Amino acid sequence: MSSTEFLIQGIIKAFELIINLNPYIFSITGVSIKVSGTATILATLTAIPLAFALAFLDFRGKQALITLVNTGMGLPPVFVGLFIFVMLVPAGPFGLLNMIFTPEAMIIAQYILVTPIITGISLAAIKAVPKPIIETVYTLGGSTKDAVIATLMEARFGIITAILAGLGRALAEVGAILIVGGNIAYTGSVGGIGEGASYTRTLTTAITSETSKGDISTSIALGIILISLNLSVNLLATFFQGRD
Amino acid sequence: MQELFRIENLCMAFGEKEVLRNINLTIRRGEIFALIGPSGAGKTTLLRILNLFEKPTRGNLKFNGLANEGEINNIRRRMSLLFQTPAIFKASVFDNVAYGLRVRGIDKMTIENKVKSALNIVGLEGKEAQKARTLSAGEAQRMAFARAIVYDPELLLLDEPTANLDPANVAKIEEVIKRIRSERGTTIVIATHNIPQVRRIADRVGILLNGELIEVNTKEGIFMAPEDARSEAFLKGEMIY
Repeated sequence: MSSTEFLIQGIIKAFELIINLNPYIFSITGVSIKVSGTATILATLTAIPLAFALAFLDFRGKQALITLVNTGMGLPPVFVGLFIFVMLVPAGPFGLLNMIFTPEAMIIAQYILVTPIITGISLAAIKAVPKPIIETVYTLGGSTKDAVIATLMEARFGIITAILAGLGRALAEVGAILIVGGNIAYTGSVGGIGEGASYTRTLTTAITSETSKGDISTSIALGIILISLNLSVNLLATFFQGRD
Repeated sequence: MQELFRIENLCMAFGEKEVLRNINLTIRRGEIFALIGPSGAGKTTLLRILNLFEKPTRGNLKFNGLANEGEINNIRRRMSLLFQTPAIFKASVFDNVAYGLRVRGIDKMTIENKVKSALNIVGLEGKEAQKARTLSAGEAQRMAFARAIVYDPELLLLDEPTANLDPANVAKIEEVIKRIRSERGTTIVIATHNIPQVRRIADRVGILLNGELIEVNTKEGIFMAPEDARSEAFLKGEMIY
């Protein structure tokens, strides 16, 4: 079999797996969406107020916090994974929580990776709101709360883009969740497709393991879903950037 | 005429630079007061202080007899400041004009009536649903004007409101200024260096030079018999800055 035939067969089988709603594939997709979605929601709840605080308030250590956010935007995922691993292993400071190799540990890792991204991009969007807009709120009798709401409305598309960028990053991330999640699927999933269910196995970590096993079709199927998810997120981001 | 705003011994400095020196001025209720002077004289800074945006380095401000300390938002809600270049919210014309009413918690029906009336005054009726940022410069300034008068402020502060407009829009804005003063009794302070405009609309005039209010007089007094030699030189265009 030539390499082209091998690839074509792989792609055909991959589509079959997707069309037939293969439970293994969809279990992995579900874990990916659950982990990355939860991490992004939690990160958004932290990042948006933080971005507004950095934009509107003057406090000691503000510049240091901005530097920390900017540095965090480029954090190496494997380093974050290692850090969370060391914290959560039984001998670590939070070992008693028994969270290592759980979806919760993966959510923590992605939360740490995604929060600075959403904060940084949101902060840029908030700071791009012209100062006269905020001054106009006050001249028209608005309070500081009204100024914050007006800024949120002005920067809304930029902030949505920030959240989508965070979600995209979380979905595509592999290093940190591989270390703290362990890429675990229940019995049966390792031996054959459709027999098991994912526990901490995500689209990205499954691609690494399936490829190393030589199961290219499954890897391609997972890749197609991953790319489709990321493409959807990016299309949404582009849509909102266009609205801005 | 009854006093609306009293400014006593007001000084303002930004760092080492003193931009306003010992300003004493009384704004009377229902008048159109023109603040004239060359660019950089301190007109905008004085308007921002009157709108309680800037805290003066020294001096007292009394709006309607009230000292501004602790009353900033309540006092500011009784006035409005229109910038030279209006900031437009990313929303429809209606939502822009309605903003000041909404932050005051006014009911929906009243908002609709007041916005319609304000847009009618500035000649923008029928444009309620249009995205405000698609308006021309003249229309945008008129919309900002409607937004500034929609909640019937007692004091309207205008910072070079016609500086970037064509003659037709200038005429419209001047007509609106005179109309809201006569119909609503709104007190208006307008900063401008457009001397013909001052002749057309002002009741009294103050000349600000290098941060100093060198003369306050009636329009007739300023143009016919200025008390300060520098006023005469400025009005004749003999001063070079």
